[in-house]
Amino acid sequence: MIRRLFTLLLALCAFSAPARAKDDLVLAMTQMPGTWNPLISSMLAKSLIANMTARPMTAWNADWKLVCLVCTELPTLQNGKARVIDLPDGKKGMEIDVEMREMRWGDGVPVSVTDVAFTLEVGRHPLSGVASSEAYKRIIKFDARDDRRFTMTIDRVTFDYNSLGLNLLPAHIEKPIFDANPAEYRNRTAYDTDSTNPGLAFGPYRIVEVVPGSRIALERNPTWTGEKPYFRRIVVRIIESTAALEANLLSGNVDYVLGELGLSLDQAIAFEKRHKDRYEVVYKPALIYEHIDVNLDNKLLADRRVRQAMLLAIDRQAISEKLFDGKQPVAHGGISVLDPMYSPAARQYGYDPTAARALLDHAGFAALKNGVRQNAAGERLSVELGTTAGNRVRELVAQVIQSQLRQVGIEVRIKAEPPRIFFEAMGRRTFGGLGMYAWVQQPGAVPRSSLHSSEIPSAANGWSGQNYTGYANPEMDKALDTAERELDLDRRRALFAEIQRLAADDLPALPLFFRVDPFVIPKALKGVVPTGTLNSSTLWIEQWRWQQ
Amino acid sequence: MTRYLAARAVQTAITLALMSLIVFVLIGLMPGDPIDMMISGDPQMTSEDAARLRALYGLDKPLLERYLAWATQAAQGNFGYSRSFAQPVLTVLWPRLLNTLQLAGIAFILATAVALPLGIWAAAHPRSRADYLINLLCFAGLSAPPFWLALLFISLFSVSLGWLPAGGMAEPRPGASWTSSVGQQFRHLALPVLTLTLVQLGAYTRFMRGAMIEVLRQDYVRTARAKGASERRVMWGHAFANALAPVLTILALSFGGLVSGAVITETMFAWPGMGKAIYQAILDNDYNLALVGLLVATFATILGNLLADLAYVWVDPRVSLGNDAP
Repeated sequence: MIRRLFTLLLALCAFSAPARAKDDLVLAMTQMPGTWNPLISSMLAKSLIANMTARPMTAWNADWKLVCLVCTELPTLQNGKARVIDLPDGKKGMEIDVEMREMRWGDGVPVSVTDVAFTLEVGRHPLSGVASSEAYKRIIKFDARDDRRFTMTIDRVTFDYNSLGLNLLPAHIEKPIFDANPAEYRNRTAYDTDSTNPGLAFGPYRIVEVVPGSRIALERNPTWTGEKPYFRRIVVRIIESTAALEANLLSGNVDYVLGELGLSLDQAIAFEKRHKDRYEVVYKPALIYEHIDVNLDNKLLADRRVRQAMLLAIDRQAISEKLFDGKQPVAHGGISVLDPMYSPAARQYGYDPTAARALLDHAGFAALKNGVRQNAAGERLSVELGTTAGNRVRELVAQVIQSQLRQVGIEVRIKAEPPRIFFEAMGRRTFGGLGMYAWVQQPGAVPRSSLHSSEIPSAANGWSGQNYTGYANPEMDKALDTAERELDLDRRRALFAEIQRLAADDLPALPLFFRVDPFVIPKALKGVVPTGTLNSSTLWIEQWRWQQ
Repeated sequence: MTRYLAARAVQTAITLALMSLIVFVLIGLMPGDPIDMMISGDPQMTSEDAARLRALYGLDKPLLERYLAWATQAAQGNFGYSRSFAQPVLTVLWPRLLNTLQLAGIAFILATAVALPLGIWAAAHPRSRADYLINLLCFAGLSAPPFWLALLFISLFSVSLGWLPAGGMAEPRPGASWTSSVGQQFRHLALPVLTLTLVQLGAYTRFMRGAMIEVLRQDYVRTARAKGASERRVMWGHAFANALAPVLTILALSFGGLVSGAVITETMFAWPGMGKAIYQAILDNDYNLALVGLLVATFATILGNLLADLAYVWVDPRVSLGNDAP
């Protein structure tokens, strides 16, 4: 019987794999996008594909500079395309002029201000199902000057006035669907009912096939007006297991695994050692901030000296070197060293267990019983460290932290839970003491959602906001509020320095690392430029090519 | 027979209705809702956004009210939309069900076709070298984790030898003949089927061997042998049919698992099937998809049991579908 099985296998092998054309590219990633509509929900898997078929108005490039993709010139105060104005209600607002490039949807219809106006209408509509409507609601006036030029008025003065990550919807296809029933739009959008409609794409590629859970095929969009893409056809395969992903890469079934949603860091490090002759591994620092949130309602952790002692007792450099081959940089706060708003003046914590012990003594946890510190009331310094189960690297880091904190007399109980349960506890602020996870950020963004007191989740605000620690400091609130409104770069930098100083002193969250995205790129594949931001490398896919 | 089938159909409908309520309540009681997940992934979401979306998705209503609304729609054939795929639930599940039936069905048939003769042969030659070897292989199959087997096969047949694709489904090629298309599909199926077959093979073989050994000890088998019946006649004519009844129960019970139980194999080989869809739906708080997926799996289990009951009648004339039906 076993012989027969092998005979069958050999017979199957006789059907040789179809030869792949040299202008075909097979990519892989670990997640299948949900809805293809660019406004309803944000998802990395979706944006990796959507960036090949369309472009946001502006994006952050690989040098973390804001650039125009659909607009012709970035509106700034200096070039006069952005202005501070007085609003009718007496407040200050801003007026922004935008000119769009000449582009066409895949069915030949020009991309126009009608699409912009419709996109804003959908974004603002209460029944459209758009997750975050804030960015659309702040636009209080929209004036179309001609088919490609418009002026919009926003209801506030804000430093990120020209960061227009607006993803356009084709009004000629979507508007009739939306107008028919806005409440059902999220279920009837052509992006999901007719995903291969050429009129949904104006980027270098358009989707020609979607096999849910398996693959997405794209072909060149003939109406694309930019640089002609090298690859005629791109297939993106969905392979959820990273081990299988690696095997597919080695077997040649896949040419390249998208770095943003592909191999883990430890896999890439091991892969590089074995296959560096065929692949170039780029470790791109990303704005993904791994940290430990501290529940400030936990009275053991309320004293900032305890939090400072904890950070001093964790040898983050050693963790990075042992677990990540030194590739993952230690974070000194929520703002990356590579961010233009980074301030080196804020306090930095090296590994100093002696100082940690001294701080704990001063905080009242001087007595040691069975290796765990106690305060005068006999309360043991024992806290729970929650994290997401299934993330092997994070679980490993939790174990090292547990061991290092034990050495200064802090007992840590690790609690790894499925992400939905873990984030439920974080969002409702019911987590025991510590919660380890990551934030994804944009360059220069004000960390309002995690540090402002108005962002503390509560029943009153529908458990929104991401200040899970419960951190409330009027000085911080003031600095955050002012930084958002400050247009002068130097003054904003000073405010950011203040924000970083306060966060480093108070430590509502213990900074750990900034994650790096490992990009395992075949040496023959040129033009892939990792960005490290939410604007993925596929935004520049027309520059990808095989080396001749 | 018709009356029996009608009664079973009514039982099935009641079971499915009860299951839908239990599953709906259990999913509803799990921590977090879809909006919590959206909030944790989108710092721009405000409290107004959260309240608006909860109302839009009906999550602001009590659980039972939501269930009744869903059940009313489901009774009319509308099972709702999958939140994560933005598609009607049946549109998402149907192709996955076919994919799973393709993968798990072939593996089930292969495993049964190999396990039954192997188990019988081992029972006919107890404590022989062949029996020990078969037992060893069975325990190896039972104890080898599917993800490890899958990785082993991918490494051997895809990476080292380059004979078979490491996963995914065959892609349609313009101008390719149908034989070539079918061949490509089987190439993609080969490794996941092999993995799933080996995982099931050990258990089925052990059950068949145990049942046969039990039957071979019975008086009527001894009588048949005393009457001079050939060993072939004893094994296949007398023992096999009697040993088959308990094995059928095991096979029937695993039928439901076929629909939802191949999560690991489907994940390792990037095969878009039911198991993976249900698992992901539960993790993503996709109520409708998880609920209907689990109901389909329940229905498959009930159907498997019905088929087993009918098969009992076929293999054992003493069993009837009357009042004393099993």
